Amino acid sequence: MTRLLALGLAAVLAVLPGIAAAQKSAADGIAEYRKMLEDGNPAELFEAKGEELWKTRRGPKNATLEACDLGLGPGVVKGAWVQLPRWFDDTQKVQDVESRLVTCMATLQGFDAAKLVATPFGRGEMANITALATWISGESRGKRFALPQGHAEERRMYELGKRAFFYRGGPMDFSCASCHGEAGKRIRLQDLPDLRSNPGDGIGFAAWPAYRVSNGQMWSMQLRLNDCYRQQRFPYPGFIADVTVALGVYMGVNAKGAESIAPAIKR
Amino acid sequence: MNRNLLITAVMAVLAASALGLAGCATGPSSAELDAQAVAMIRSGFRTEGIAKVERLVQDAVQQACSADHPPPEAQAKALEAQALASVRWPAGGQYLGDWREGEKLAQNGRGMTWTDASDRPTANGAQCYNCHQIDKAEISYGTIGPSLWNYGKLRGVKDPYDPASAAAVQYTWAKLWNSKAFNACSNMPRFGHMGLLNEEQMRHVMALLLDPKSPVNQ
Repeated sequence: MTRLLALGLAAVLAVLPGIAAAQKSAADGIAEYRKMLEDGNPAELFEAKGEELWKTRRGPKNATLEACDLGLGPGVVKGAWVQLPRWFDDTQKVQDVESRLVTCMATLQGFDAAKLVATPFGRGEMANITALATWISGESRGKRFALPQGHAEERRMYELGKRAFFYRGGPMDFSCASCHGEAGKRIRLQDLPDLRSNPGDGIGFAAWPAYRVSNGQMWSMQLRLNDCYRQQRFPYPGFIADVTVALGVYMGVNAKGAESIAPAIKR
Repeated sequence: MNRNLLITAVMAVLAASALGLAGCATGPSSAELDAQAVAMIRSGFRTEGIAKVERLVQDAVQQACSADHPPPEAQAKALEAQALASVRWPAGGQYLGDWREGEKLAQNGRGMTWTDASDRPTANGAQCYNCHQIDKAEISYGTIGPSLWNYGKLRGVKDPYDPASAAAVQYTWAKLWNSKAFNACSNMPRFGHMGLLNEEQMRHVMALLLDPKSPVNQ
């Protein structure tokens, strides 16, 4: 970890004079900085932890997660990420990866689902769920998003997600669309993906989970959405609440064909 | 007993076929989905610190501007008129404060999140550079709003208190107080109307944009 961080820091220092000298655009500079960091993306540590967690007997039932069905059948992990969120017959629900992990940890391992959902990000079993989601996403690296829309509930969740995306509220009148409803915009120097359609390979929905260099944290899609809502000045979204899953369906279906680079690295 | 079972079975078949029919139909109507979305949003959040669940309750502007298409022209015009009527003009006709304080506020993107301790205006920044270019010396600016470089100069404001400047000065105050007065679904927050900035803070931001001595107008 220390070595990885040192590598990251060295990369940052190396790229800074480059930006000043060549007067490159901010986006070019950031892309170069990301490229240099890719050799030592600390997300790899979370991937390794996630894989270990998947295969280790844990919880009151002392079981592994290897029988967990992520949508492609029990134990099938490769390719599952780029088809989530999707409908699950056993729970009669459309679920994203984190919602599905809660289901599997409860049914297979005997964890209390309500306690898992109430655990803050970065703590206890929530940190484990994030690591598991990170590994699962990595098992679809290079694959293209293709969320199923065959089930009526999947189509309904897309429509609800679209409405949530455009829902303005709070003291600043923001919706998701305030920042992500137009192409080619940015906040300060941060480029904003237009999430109404496919923003491109490895951009937007196809770039999370991601390791955040600025705060040294591994962010799942649920945490990404949580912080979007914080900055939207909304109240606090429940972990895996329907509104977050519906937004995942909306963004994921719109991202059809985008190549997943998850787990990515971000500033 | 047998009869009861039979009735139960018949009812189950009827219920199943009703569900089946619903499944074969085109699904819920757009209006039904609208209602379901609102219920989903209302139940999906909890109060955290200053960010109360009441923030999910939409006013007329938020409700009209929550689709992938703008509201009908007549509705937009009515909302703009209401917004303009809501503007509270500054005490004593004092529109401008100190542009240096305005620059600090423009740089400050903090306020009103659940990690902020207070929702009083004095705890808030004005967020300007998040979305606008203002002073060209600041290269880290957003592009959701138009550039405000030379804002006052381009509008010919040489003396903000000259009657010739009144229209530009009053427009700017109204835009900051309630941005929806000129565009019902503007992306810009309503800084005065929603209590995000107080009058003194508004005057400082006004000075950054309109004071001929502000770096913005060089």
